[in-house]
Amino acid sequence: MSGDYFPLFVMLVVSVAFAAIGVGVSALLGPRRPTAIKGQTYESGMPSIGTARRRVWVRYYLVAVVFILFDIEIIFFYPWAVVFRQAPIFLLVEMLAFVTILLVGYIYVWRKGGFDWY
Amino acid sequence: MLLTLPEINLYPLLPALIPAVTAMLVMLADVLLPGKNKSWLALLALVGLAAASYFTVMLFGANLSAFNASIVADNFALGIALVILGAGAATILLSLDYLRARQLDLGEYLALLLGAVSGMILMALANDLIVIFLGLELFSLPLYVLSAFWRTNDRSLEAGMKYFLLGSFSSAFFLYGIALLYGATDATNLTKISAAASEPTVASNPMFLMGAALLIVGFGFKVGLAPFQWWIPDVYEGAPTPITAFMSVATKAAAFAAFFRAFMVAFPSAVVDWQFVLALLAVVSMTVGNVAALTQTNLKRMLAYSSIANAGYILIALVVGGQAGLSAALFYLAAYTVMNLGAFGGLVAMGQGDQERLTLDELAGAAQTKPWAAAAMAISLLSLAGFPPFAGFVAKFFVFGAAVNAGYVWLAVIGVLNSLVSVYYYLHPIVKMYMNPPAEGWAQAPARAPIFLAVAVIVAVLLTIAMGLFPGGMLNFAQAAMVK
Repeated sequence: MSGDYFPLFVMLVVSVAFAAIGVGVSALLGPRRPTAIKGQTYESGMPSIGTARRRVWVRYYLVAVVFILFDIEIIFFYPWAVVFRQAPIFLLVEMLAFVTILLVGYIYVWRKGGFDWY
Repeated sequence: MLLTLPEINLYPLLPALIPAVTAMLVMLADVLLPGKNKSWLALLALVGLAAASYFTVMLFGANLSAFNASIVADNFALGIALVILGAGAATILLSLDYLRARQLDLGEYLALLLGAVSGMILMALANDLIVIFLGLELFSLPLYVLSAFWRTNDRSLEAGMKYFLLGSFSSAFFLYGIALLYGATDATNLTKISAAASEPTVASNPMFLMGAALLIVGFGFKVGLAPFQWWIPDVYEGAPTPITAFMSVATKAAAFAAFFRAFMVAFPSAVVDWQFVLALLAVVSMTVGNVAALTQTNLKRMLAYSSIANAGYILIALVVGGQAGLSAALFYLAAYTVMNLGAFGGLVAMGQGDQERLTLDELAGAAQTKPWAAAAMAISLLSLAGFPPFAGFVAKFFVFGAAVNAGYVWLAVIGVLNSLVSVYYYLHPIVKMYMNPPAEGWAQAPARAPIFLAVAVIVAVLLTIAMGLFPGGMLNFAQAAMVK
C-alpha cells in the first residue's frame, strides 16, 4: 500500500532538491552587479507600467469565467480520448450530452453579449 | 486502463432530470426567441414541473434504483420530490408579479429556480454521499444567485453574499465528512457504508465517527438547525420574498430527505449511537428559534426563526426513526410547505409596487385594506402555531405522538412547551392586522388583481385546511413512505 507511493515520494524529494540546488548554487556562486535594467520585474520583457494593485475592468471577470468553462471542457476530453476505443458508441453519446449542455451555456453567453469585448 | 461501464437507467432519475432539461430550454428560449414579454416562459417552466410530477407519481411503489444503487427512487424520496415540485411551482406563481414590479429578468430567474429544483430532487433520490453532495451543490449555487437576484437592493446583495460564504464553508465540512467516511469504510454508497460499519472495528474508528459528525454539521447548516443557524435570519430577510418562501420549504425538504436517508441507512442506530446528539440539537433548535422569534418585529425575520424551530420539530422525527419517524417527517414537511407558502404568499400579496409590509407596524390594519391576503396570512400563521383545524396541528400531533410512542416523552414535552411559546409570535401579526387602525401610506385596493399569486396562495391555504380536516389521505400517503 504505502510502497505504491514511494516513486511519488522520490519525485517530491528530487523536485524540491532540484529547485533548492538551482537557486542555492546561483545565489552562492553568481556575481551580483545590479543595474536598473536588471532589477526590473521582466528583464528583456515588457517595461512595467504602474503598480499591480489597481482596479481591473469587471468584464475580465466574465472572460475568466468563460475561459474556465471551456478550459475544463477540453480537459475532460483527454481521459475520454484515452478510453474511447473501449466503448465508442456509449462514450460518443455521453460526450455529446456533455457538449450539448455546454453549448446551451455558450449560446446563452453569446446572446447575452458576453463576447462583445469592446 | 480498463473502463467499467456504469448501469444506465434514466427512468428513476426523471423527476430530477426533467426540471434540469426544462431549465436549459427556458434559458435557450429566453435568449433565442424574440419578443419583449417573456411571461410565457413561466408556462414552459410549469409544464416541465408538471411533467416531472407525472413521472414522480408513476414511479410510486416501484422502488427502482439506478446507477449502481447510487440513485434510489423509493416512496420516501418520491414524496419529498413531490413536495419540492409543488413548492417550485408555487414559487413561480408567487414570483411573476413580484419580479415585474421590480423590473427583474424572468428567464434567468426561472432557469435558476428549475436548476435548484433539479438539485433538490437529486439530493432526495441520492443513496450515495457523492450524489448527495452533487445535489447539494446543484441547488445551493442557484440559490446563492437567487438570494442576490434583486441586485439593486442592498439587503438582497448582502443576503446572497452571506449565504454564499457560509454555504460554501458548510459544503467544505460536508465534503470533509465524506472523505473521512470513505477513508474509514472504503465506500461512499450508503448501503455499503452500513455494511462496513457492522464491523465493530470500523464503527468505533474515530475517523468514522468524525465523518458522521461532520455530516451532521453539513446537513444541520442546510436545514437550519441551531447552532448552525446564524445565516438564516439575514438571508431570509434579504432574499426576494418568493425565494425566501422557496428556500424555507424546499431546501428543508431536500436536505432533511438526505439527512434521514444517511442516518437511517448508513448509520443504523444499533451501530452508532447518534440519537442523543440529534435529540440535543432538536431541543436547542426549537428553543433558540422560538425564543429569538419572540422579539422580532420584521415578519420575514420572524418566519426565519420559526423555520429554525420547525427544523427542530422535524429532527424529533429523525430521533424517533423507523417507519413512524419517516411518515411523521414526510407529513410535517408537506404541511410545513403549504402553510409556509401560504404565509409568505400572503406577505407578497400585501405588498404594493416594489414595497412590502414587513414590520409589525406596517402590517397594522392590513385586514381592512387587503382582506383576502390578511385572511390567508392569518390562517397560515394559525396553522404554524398548531391550532386544531389546520395542517400544522395534525403535523405536530404526529411528530410528538411518534416521539411518545418511541419512549421519548421528555422530547415531546419540550416540543409541546416550545409550541406554546411560539403561539405568541404567530398571533402577534394577526392581532396587528385585525385589531389595529390601518398604517398610513398603503392604498385601499390593489392596482391590478395578481391572478397567479392569488391562485398559489388560495391553493396553499386550501391545502392547509384540507390536510388539517382530512389528514387521512395524506397520512396514508406518508405511511407508505419507506427507505429502501
